[in-house]
Amino acid sequence: MMDHSKIEKNLGLMLVMVLFAISIGGLIEVVPLFFIQGTVEDVKTAEGIKMVRPYSPLELRGRDIYIREGCYLCHSQMIRPFRDEAMRYGHYSLAAESQYDHPFQWGSKRTGPDLARVGKKYSNEWQVQHLIAPRSMVPESVMPNYPWLLASELDYSDVGDRMGALRVSGVPYSTNKAEYDQNVKDFGADVAKQLHIPDSQKNLIEQAQAGNFDGNAANVSEMDAVVAYLQVLGTMVDFSKLDNDSFVKYR
Amino acid sequence: MSQGNTQSQGAQTTGHVWDDDLQEYNNPLPSWWLWAFYLTIIFSITYWVLYPAWPMGKGFTTGISTITYKNDKGVEKTTHWSTRALLMKDLQDAREMQKPYFDKVAATPFDQIAKSPDLSNFVASAGKVLFSDNCAACHQSGGQGKMAFAPNLTDDDWIYGGTYDKIQATVANGRHGIMPPKGGADLSDVDMDNLANYVLSLSGEPSDSAKAAVGNELFHGKATCFSCHGADGKGNQDIGSANLTDKIWLWADVPGAGSADKKVAAVKAVIASGLNKGVMPAWGGRLSADQIKLLTVYVHDVLGGGSKK
Ligand code: HEC
Ligand code: HEC
Ligand code: HEC
Repeated sequence: MMDHSKIEKNLGLMLVMVLFAISIGGLIEVVPLFFIQGTVEDVKTAEGIKMVRPYSPLELRGRDIYIREGCYLCHSQMIRPFRDEAMRYGHYSLAAESQYDHPFQWGSKRTGPDLARVGKKYSNEWQVQHLIAPRSMVPESVMPNYPWLLASELDYSDVGDRMGALRVSGVPYSTNKAEYDQNVKDFGADVAKQLHIPDSQKNLIEQAQAGNFDGNAANVSEMDAVVAYLQVLGTMVDFSKLDNDSFVKYR
Repeated sequence: MSQGNTQSQGAQTTGHVWDDDLQEYNNPLPSWWLWAFYLTIIFSITYWVLYPAWPMGKGFTTGISTITYKNDKGVEKTTHWSTRALLMKDLQDAREMQKPYFDKVAATPFDQIAKSPDLSNFVASAGKVLFSDNCAACHQSGGQGKMAFAPNLTDDDWIYGGTYDKIQATVANGRHGIMPPKGGADLSDVDMDNLANYVLSLSGEPSDSAKAAVGNELFHGKATCFSCHGADGKGNQDIGSANLTDKIWLWADVPGAGSADKKVAAVKAVIASGLNKGVMPAWGGRLSADQIKLLTVYVHDVLGGGSKK
């Protein structure tokens, strides 16, 4: 046994032991989740392709702007497994659906509705108009106007670096042929192309022009990115192909 | 100041002594507190036995409490307690409570629903909730629509048809009306001016009759407007080309234009730019067939304006 007075008279030692003591609770809660099978659900199509994929370069930039503008302060992205939420928002969120989110956008405050499944719910036109002037679409809304999203050109010069940073934290963006081939196996060829870092700028411009999210095909605006991001939220897992209790077994 | 010492005589202390005589009383906790504490321990042990609790390698202790539910395929399953299984049970209970109504709505032909007070009440209240959550953002909360954005659903003017079947198809599969810029023809500014006057004349709006006469020629000739809007200008519900002969406008804000000139300008702008922004999303993947039928009846009967043919 260590003598009580030794700890109390040695500030450094006490600090270490205090930190250890208060992290026990957190460690017990978190560490087992890394080992329990099915914490992150395995969601694959019949052909063995993973349904949840990392964001495309354009969607990723949209997500960055979503974070920059603080949308998460009013919007959660986490549908809890309760009946009222299922009725309003749809299927509860899976852990798998935010596995590539660093940091995740679950949130804890809902001034506005949950956005976890807002993708494809409205048209691009609605999203653009609503972001510029929410009260023009929903008269009683308290959401702020974001007119500059449409006016600002998207800076995508560093999108490759941003993907590279996420790659370090485990998101399977590819830098070489071997990684690319693995992505083709996991996600299919179309998605694998989007995840290849050397092509990121080219892919971003292509998606923005093909999708024309902001109604102006000539430029790539921040609006293009944000709407591309909003329109993909919650749409990767095709629940219509699964029984409604497919994910019960994971808990 | 030193009188305090005398009190310590005989009282229980923790046994720690500092600076020769500084001691600490040992006041036992009140017994109600202690018992409450023991109770929380008993509670947590009971909890561990009943519910999922302790991680064990790749799994966890599931507890002995179970939940039995039926999934959407009607397969009955029993599993250890979890919030996800509990939701399945909640949804099943709710389904069973609403089932008689949904079953009746599903089994009753569209036009009979309004005749049953019970069913039409159900459609009005459940339909309103669905409409507010999903449709009001575009069609506005009363279904009155929004100029240059989404059509009014309360009037009897239908772009894609106002029968139950047409409305159901619209809601389930979505719609996207497309008109190419200048109707796809090679039109000069003067051409478009003449066309705009003709289009306005169709619904009795103020227009320049000389220009409208030239526009008439163009509409049925080189500008090929008739191929989509029909020779009579009444539109075609299969492609959602607007009826230009009524006073109801969705894209050209004619009613909001203050002067005859501004009305011409509004129509001209639509002809010049074409239309591609009328996107009604498809709800077939997001809402169930029951919910879509309910919304169809809600739009047709409750918002009003639904047509027989
Ligand atoms: C001050 C709080 C607030 C902030 C900040 C905010 N919103 Fe909202 N948002 C709301 C409210 C309230 C609503 C509901 C009314 C409405 O539709 O405008 C809403 C609605 C929405 C909807 C429609 C959801 C649905 O299902 O109808 C979207 C999409 C959305 N917000 C996106 C965003 C984005 C993107 C940002 C950041 C650029 C953002 N919001 C920032 C409050 C906020
Ligand atoms: C993103 C905006 C948006 C949302 C959300 C939306 N609609 Fe629409 N809706 C439209 C637009 C735009 C049109 C017109 C399409 C066109 O003209 O090409 C339309 C057309 C319609 C029509 C056909 C009207 C006619 O005159 O033929 C019906 C019926 C309708 N919507 C019902 C609904 C219902 C029910 C919902 C909710 C489940 C809904 N809409 C949600 C935008 C929307
Ligand atoms: C390829 C088919 C097509 C052709 C050709 C076409 N239109 Fe249209 N037009 C449409 C459709 C479809 C709409 C409705 C779009 C919607 O609701 O989303 C429309 C809408 C309009 C409107 C708006 C009506 C309103 O409610 O505000 C005007 C005005 C119009 N057309 C005029 C013309 C004129 C004039 C021409 C000839 C130069 C023309 N159109 C040629 C398909 C066509």
